[in-house]
Amino acid sequence: MLEIIFEPLRFGFMRTGFLVAILVSIACSTIGVYVVYRRMAFIGDALAHTVLPGLVVAYLIGMSMFGGALVAGLASSLAIGRITQNKSVSEDTAIGIVFAGMFALGIFLMSRTGSFRELAHMLFGNILGIPQSLLVWIAMIAFAIPVLLFLFHKELELTSYDPSHAEVIGLRVDTVRYILLVLLAFTIVTAISAVGVVLTSALIITPAAAASLLTRRLVPMMALSTVFGALSGVIGLYASYYFNAASGAAIVLTCTAIFAICAVLEWAMRNRVYRDAPPPADSAGTDLKPL
Amino acid sequence: MVIPYSLRRDRAAVAGAPAIETRHLRLRYPGAEQDALRGVSISVPQGSCAALIGSNGSGKSTLMKAVCGILRAHQGTIRIAGLPVGGCHHRVAYLPQRGEINWRFPVTVRRLVMAGRFVHLGWIRRPGPHDYEIVDRALDQLKMCELAGRQIGMLSGGQQQRALLARALAQDAEVLLLDEPLTGVDQSTRHVFERVINELIRRRRTVLAATHDTSVREAGYDVIFQLEEGELQESELQEGEHARDHF
Repeated sequence: MLEIIFEPLRFGFMRTGFLVAILVSIACSTIGVYVVYRRMAFIGDALAHTVLPGLVVAYLIGMSMFGGALVAGLASSLAIGRITQNKSVSEDTAIGIVFAGMFALGIFLMSRTGSFRELAHMLFGNILGIPQSLLVWIAMIAFAIPVLLFLFHKELELTSYDPSHAEVIGLRVDTVRYILLVLLAFTIVTAISAVGVVLTSALIITPAAAASLLTRRLVPMMALSTVFGALSGVIGLYASYYFNAASGAAIVLTCTAIFAICAVLEWAMRNRVYRDAPPPADSAGTDLKPL
Repeated sequence: MVIPYSLRRDRAAVAGAPAIETRHLRLRYPGAEQDALRGVSISVPQGSCAALIGSNGSGKSTLMKAVCGILRAHQGTIRIAGLPVGGCHHRVAYLPQRGEINWRFPVTVRRLVMAGRFVHLGWIRRPGPHDYEIVDRALDQLKMCELAGRQIGMLSGGQQQRALLARALAQDAEVLLLDEPLTGVDQSTRHVFERVINELIRRRRTVLAATHDTSVREAGYDVIFQLEEGELQESELQEGEHARDHF
């Protein structure tokens, strides 16, 4: 048993991979709770895809790809923030147009480079090939995201469930939304290095959604989501090592399996509660539906 | 150090000014063909309990939202204690209709009530023991102590309204705007509201409650405004002391 655990750790690239998986899961899983509860899953997915042209352009001009992704991610987050503020076109339609257009631009640019295969790791991630310099950036962002979420906790929390009260007390809902989108852009750029453009949103949404099935408190939910994210990273990497499969896909599949287990657990707990407890006298306003 | 959400937070109230005053207020929603409010002028004296009555769609909620700064009027003026909207965020508390809140969000009742303190804390600063003391007192006044640790979606409709009123108490607001506060709530919640609102009026707080229940005419409000299709139809000043038994 111990042999199974320690064998992959003999390789430096695997040790780095495990570290990146844990760091990325910290950033993704904490912000993921807000993304899930503010119904921003589509925005998260769109943001991950709109980063692609930035990555390709950075590759073409020989610039740092992480820097290119960051510039594209920040520009996209501000553009999405502006689109969602303007109500003349429905929010999901506008995001869908920008998301598809930017992703198509990325694919178009990739196909023009003539080295489509070289750039495939942008789409599916390359967690086992992270250079030391990038690891430092990932660590800094993974540390900064929870700290900033902690600092802006009450503002993010209030604007998530009662934007009217926020506006009444002078707290601009749009300002808080931009803060969240910028933090999301940073998170997505780190996650892309691990699982790629296509699967990044799963790393943000799935652990948070799984945690939301087991607790109704925000901070324990973030902690549980981080544990699920880190577990997915570690178990997924072991699975990728032993089954010789793509690491990004293995990590996301583990996330999905954890979500499925949580869904079954929640279903069992709910059934037990309903079976054991007498019906409430006044049930108006109760809402036990899962997300 | 407090970093206020709005830089205009600490302006002093104008002495002797009405708690709420609107003049010739006009407001139109984007894309709408006609105004939702058409030249509405009302004046609510400080320390009074006023009712805003009218059928559904008459503009009551729109007027409430304009007064508390959620919607912007394109014509006319609004003054709260003599100051323009936004000049005194901490003075105004708004109880929205229950449908406007995401009750599934994972916050407890205590945390929701704590949101009443946020305007005093400003950006980043976290609540201290003094804030928790105020929150616990507000929960006690609304008989919500036992429910303080419950997720807000697990409350009944009446309990949710009580939690929102507790938040307004925690804010220590001088003007309370209540949008259909008692729609679909039980008798015990009505009694709690009646007691707390009477106590607030005794402390010279001002209450403006919107309701489509026209029987409030007998309920002992100090002032009654009737809105229909965005226009003020009637403004009625009632005389003497009343028991506000419709709260």
